[in-house]
Amino acid sequence: MTDLASISLTVNGERISAQVLPRLNLADFLRDHLGLTGTHVGCEHGVCGACTVRANGDIVRACLLLAVQVENASVQTIEGLSDSGEVSDLQAAFRDRNALQCGYCTPGMLMAAQDILIHEPQADREQIREHLSGNYCRCTGYHAIIDAVEATARARSEQAR
Amino acid sequence: MKASAFSYARASSVVDALELLARHGDQAKVLSGGQSLMPALNLRLSAPELLVDIGAIDELRGISVASGVLRIGALTRHVDVLKSAEIAKHAPLLTEAIAHVAHPAIRNRGTFGGSLAHADPASELPACVLALDAVILVRSKDGERRIQAADFFTGIYETLLASDELLVAVEIPVAKPNAVHFFHEYARRKGDYAIVGLAASGILSGDVLTDLRLGYFAVGDKPMLATATEHLTGRPVTASMLADAQAALDAELDPQEDQQASVGMRRYLARQLMARCVSALLERPDLETKALA
Repeated sequence: MTDLASISLTVNGERISAQVLPRLNLADFLRDHLGLTGTHVGCEHGVCGACTVRANGDIVRACLLLAVQVENASVQTIEGLSDSGEVSDLQAAFRDRNALQCGYCTPGMLMAAQDILIHEPQADREQIREHLSGNYCRCTGYHAIIDAVEATARARSEQAR
Repeated sequence: MKASAFSYARASSVVDALELLARHGDQAKVLSGGQSLMPALNLRLSAPELLVDIGAIDELRGISVASGVLRIGALTRHVDVLKSAEIAKHAPLLTEAIAHVAHPAIRNRGTFGGSLAHADPASELPACVLALDAVILVRSKDGERRIQAADFFTGIYETLLASDELLVAVEIPVAKPNAVHFFHEYARRKGDYAIVGLAASGILSGDVLTDLRLGYFAVGDKPMLATATEHLTGRPVTASMLADAQAALDAELDPQEDQQASVGMRRYLARQLMARCVSALLERPDLETKALA
């Protein structure tokens, strides 16, 4: 009954098929089976946000999702967003504003930050802070991170004009 | 930590899920959004032999309104409740409360029914359904039961749900034109579980509350509907009526101490929430000031 299950999904645009144990979570599947180690594993109970990825366009906690649950889903990780250039301005802003520090929380922060920039492009600092409230930075670089996201929001809205 | 080994079955329909639950009973756990179950599995607080994944059952999803009743399917995600125009119109308390349920990435997966079935005494939605006088619909192979929200929650993570039953939907009477609501929680971080919280719903007639339901959470082993409201309804509220209500609330609360707060702090915050609620619903800032003096 605890046999391997077959799953098939798209990861960063690439079709993937695999055999997994039901207990395997999506974060470990991405890291250990696919070698996509940009998705970080912090607390493994949904508190820290380091494992944030996109599933069918929505940000989710990869540690709170079983690999068997993403059958047929489209998953995007930080590698996908980075390689496509989708978050290159955000990444540059993080670097410019010293919002990286140790970098452990950064992939999850970028996933969550890009999510609010898409859904609330005019977000103010308070909204950005609230949206990122589910992501821990143990270097406590929160202000610099909010600065970087706010700067990106402004730059994008000016570009859109 | 990693979850211990379990088997997994993806239910294709409610009938299929009920069949699996009837066969495996106590050995099985229902997996909906998994935002509470997965942490419990990863921390090995729970180690079921089988997970019955109901995530693909579309008939359990959705929000509808008919004959004065708002129906929310158990699998409706928090984000869908938060963004629903129908919820905002007919149960605005929920729109306000859901914004406090965890964080966006968790609201994208967590479900309305899952939160109720999980019955964490510090979570927002159980208290909301108490305040909104909801009915919880559960189904087993033998048929459907309708349970009043006030009866549903029985203890820490405990409800009237039997191991072969599935929570399928929640029915809430649509808000009357003169309905008012209040929601507030004290938490260390936005989105964390509350230290003390209050979800309230009332009927305002002129300057008098003719009905008031105060659903407190994180003040005991289950969400609680305060009976102290009898001091606050039927006539214009005075500072002394509010003080009586707060004293009555104190007597009916049985909060627990934990790392976040002492018993005394929880009692204090519960009284303060009552004052904030009443002064906000009646637009009487004077009441809150007096209560705190």
